[in-house]
Amino acid sequence: MIPGFPHAMPIEGFIGGLLIGLAAAIMLLGLGRIAGVSGLAARATGIADTGAPRGIALAFVIGLPLGAFLIATLAGGVTTKFPVSIWPLIIGGLLVGFGTRLGSGCTSGHGVCGMSRLSPRSLVATALFMASGFATVALLRLGGFL
Amino acid sequence: MKPIVVSLVSGALFGAGLAFSGMADPARVQGFLDLFGNWDPTLAFVMGGALIPMAIAWIIKGKLHAPLAAPVFDLPTSTKLDRPLALGSLLFGLGWGISGLCPGPALADLGVVPLAVMPFVVAMFTGMALHRFLPQLTQQKGASQ
Repeated sequence: MIPGFPHAMPIEGFIGGLLIGLAAAIMLLGLGRIAGVSGLAARATGIADTGAPRGIALAFVIGLPLGAFLIATLAGGVTTKFPVSIWPLIIGGLLVGFGTRLGSGCTSGHGVCGMSRLSPRSLVATALFMASGFATVALLRLGGFL
Repeated sequence: MKPIVVSLVSGALFGAGLAFSGMADPARVQGFLDLFGNWDPTLAFVMGGALIPMAIAWIIKGKLHAPLAAPVFDLPTSTKLDRPLALGSLLFGLGWGISGLCPGPALADLGVVPLAVMPFVVAMFTGMALHRFLPQLTQQKGASQ
């Protein structure tokens, strides 16, 4: 527990983060590829026609819910709290899908894989989507939506 | 090992890490972005944890001629800081802030709360398809006029 932030999960967060980094390391050293979820998801569905072989992309995308399901089963559930209204999910989903394709990556590809490689594009992308995320939530709070 | 198995293992570990770290919870992710509210620093620990194995992996990668289960490395090489990168990242951040979800956690949540996350996943793939096919549609329209 961190003083002042009783709801934070620093230990679980750090261990989970290590697992995520290990997963990305397996993709890099095993298959020579970036574990970027937006790119692999677009490739798996056929929306993108370049990138990883389709089977590789599909296997990764199937693995994601499988791993989460495993943790939920072993830990007796995973806490999730979704927005009450469906609109944040629909508007947010459209923007996340369009934006990650236009920007060539998301939190995994740019944030984890690119930043650890000190890629200039990924450092800029991560700084921008973080800043945009902070500003968006600040505006939502200002507007009384949170 | 077969490449497809390596990819499945990587995806499953990734999903397990997201679920274990609390990042499958949109409220917790939005809590990290909520600097002026009840701020939740957890995401920073997740990012810090994830960067360690990857930083080591990049060093090991420098000593390898080829990946262990594939013929060649196939990695992004561009270093151009262009408008699509900036605009795309800003739009992504907007959607991330509104929903508390990004692609990894959204797909991982399909294994935990499929009904709750489904509207986001459908919208996300629609957004991806729009990016792919919108330029073609507008071009065709322009050509026929």
